[in-house]
Amino acid sequence: MNPTTSFVIISLLKIVGIVFLVILPMVSYAVYAERKVSALIQDRLGPNRVGPAGLFQPIADAMKFLLKEDFTPAHVNKFYYWLAPCLAMVPAITTIAVVPFGSTLFGVPMVIADINVGVLFVFAIASLGVYGIVIAGWASNSKYPFLGGVRSGSQMISYELSLGLAVVPIFLLIGNLRLTEVVRYQIDHGWMVFPFAGDWKNPAGWLLAVPMWISFAVFAIAVFAETNRLPFDLPEAETELVGGYHTEYSSMKFALFFLGEYAAMITGSAIIVTLFLGGWHFPGVPDGSHGWIFGLINIFVFFAKIAALLFIFIWVRFTLPRFRYDQLMRLGWVFFFEIALVNIFLAAAIITFFDR
Amino acid sequence: MPSFLFWLFAIVMLVFGALVVINRNPIASALSLVVCFLGLSALFMALDAFFIGIIQVLVYAGAVMVLFLFIIMLLDLRAEERRKMNWFAFVGGFLVALSLLVQILAVIGSTRMAKQTFPPLASPHADDVRNVGLVLFGNYNLPFQVIAVLILVATIGVIVLSKRQLR
Amino acid sequence: MAITVPRPKLTWFERLYLPAIVAGMAITLQHFKNMLLGRTKVTMQYPEQKWDAQLPEHYRGAPALVKDEAGRIRCVACQLCEFICPPRAIKIEPGEIPVKDRFSKVEKYPREFDIDMIRCIFCGMCEEVCPEQAIFLRKDYAITGLTRAEMVHNKEKLLEIGGIMHGVVLKWNEKK
Repeated sequence: MNPTTSFVIISLLKIVGIVFLVILPMVSYAVYAERKVSALIQDRLGPNRVGPAGLFQPIADAMKFLLKEDFTPAHVNKFYYWLAPCLAMVPAITTIAVVPFGSTLFGVPMVIADINVGVLFVFAIASLGVYGIVIAGWASNSKYPFLGGVRSGSQMISYELSLGLAVVPIFLLIGNLRLTEVVRYQIDHGWMVFPFAGDWKNPAGWLLAVPMWISFAVFAIAVFAETNRLPFDLPEAETELVGGYHTEYSSMKFALFFLGEYAAMITGSAIIVTLFLGGWHFPGVPDGSHGWIFGLINIFVFFAKIAALLFIFIWVRFTLPRFRYDQLMRLGWVFFFEIALVNIFLAAAIITFFDR
Repeated sequence: MPSFLFWLFAIVMLVFGALVVINRNPIASALSLVVCFLGLSALFMALDAFFIGIIQVLVYAGAVMVLFLFIIMLLDLRAEERRKMNWFAFVGGFLVALSLLVQILAVIGSTRMAKQTFPPLASPHADDVRNVGLVLFGNYNLPFQVIAVLILVATIGVIVLSKRQLR
Repeated sequence: MAITVPRPKLTWFERLYLPAIVAGMAITLQHFKNMLLGRTKVTMQYPEQKWDAQLPEHYRGAPALVKDEAGRIRCVACQLCEFICPPRAIKIEPGEIPVKDRFSKVEKYPREFDIDMIRCIFCGMCEEVCPEQAIFLRKDYAITGLTRAEMVHNKEKLLEIGGIMHGVVLKWNEKK
């Protein structure tokens, strides 16, 4: 087998494996987790009818979505109405291509495409995610979806700035945009949220923790805003906009929006994990070159971290109230943007001063 | 990159570029332009210029076109859709564009560069992010900073002008 | 008259909102934890757990016809319940007991006795008005059906729910 063929086959295996066997089941179980955790937070029991503890609920949900009538209202712009759900789902999943979700398994690096502009690729694809929502809002030809689409568009553009600026300190420190390098650096020097972990006596590490924590906070909040999660779920604020941009959608098309949101949550968490929480690294666990079992453990660690972050997403959703729209914009432009900007200078000063 | 991919993306770019002009619906035009940008970025990436390709998507497709789309949607431009096609203008414009194309092809074809074949790059997988950074902040640092200030001035100017009109 | 509600003046610490957010998160986490550990009381899981045993004596469930100790229908088809029924859920078709019969003294019996359970409001007036103590509200409350027809309880169904009631009305017996 020549190298090109084997490369194509291995890449396809990785894509199918990660997207269909991990991400999509994770998406459906994220819905289940959302319902279960929200129930437990609100002193309810949550889904417990289908299977033990309601564990087969996602399958039942999927059946329901597939069997419902796929209704297209008469007043919509047909072509774009059909296009929008795909545009909402695809970018959310595509982002995972550059994220290293494990070390190596049988000598194969566990990342689909290890390109040298990793994080920029993530932002580029994530910024395309807004089209699905904006087009859905516009094509529905109805006022509430339209308002939802407009809100979502302006919100995503606003928070993309903080998102992009928040990660600059990391790349100032590492000097490489490749996400595998980010993970490699964190293994050597301690996770980004604990930059002092590698070298306890060095004051630079302790000082660096300050900009890194700010980055982490700003980035995480911006991811909340980008994925339209509460407290930033203005685009689908039920009390104001009925269902927001997916008001006119039903059945599987609605499901695509719904699952796209969760897929975006998962990929967002994956990026946070990779950039700040050490990726697939867990202290004391060697990488995949020491045996395939460790490779599997690395992958498991990575997804366990994502699951922990998803829990935080859900936990926040069922704790905080929704922002008012002007507060949201103010927060994005006046607050986080400035913080992220100052943070870059702070990190640059520390890095130059200690010359790491 | 296999040449069929080049042709695929080139054709996608050309078709959607033409659709930008042909489409009567402004939103459809804007979306065609987005697809055109995506094809362009794919071509950049084929040349191992990942950075430029990604920036193409990030800035143009991801930010500029969203703002365009936004404004088109908010203005709700329907006049363009209703307007009848002016065949005279269509044929005239087509002829002008065609003559321009012929001219450009003739000029490029006559230069020495077109006949020359370039040797492959010394290191095709160079770290283009690093190289772009070094050039921008090394050789062209001053112009870069000046441009940045210029854009800042333009931004502030727009805000000042729009605020004055409000009053 | 318009009233201006004074807004509370927040200190800078409160204006950070972070302590409040953390406090809120702690509260929800506390609830989550208590639920996980099973410390929180939750609602009864209805179809599996039922409170039939705790139903009070005066509970008004589905109306039903009862038989007496001898297994005879107590109802004499006087139609008082049919008249009193506020939602008009009851429909009785009286029949005549032939003269030759042992019980011809009673003259009438219900040939058909239908209660439309979609209409029934469980008010218990039929039970109150019945001179023969033939209709009672029992403790059945889960009355379901897939069609409207299924929701109409006919005589057999009513008797099945009702069962046998021991009582003092001895209308079948000859006068002493």
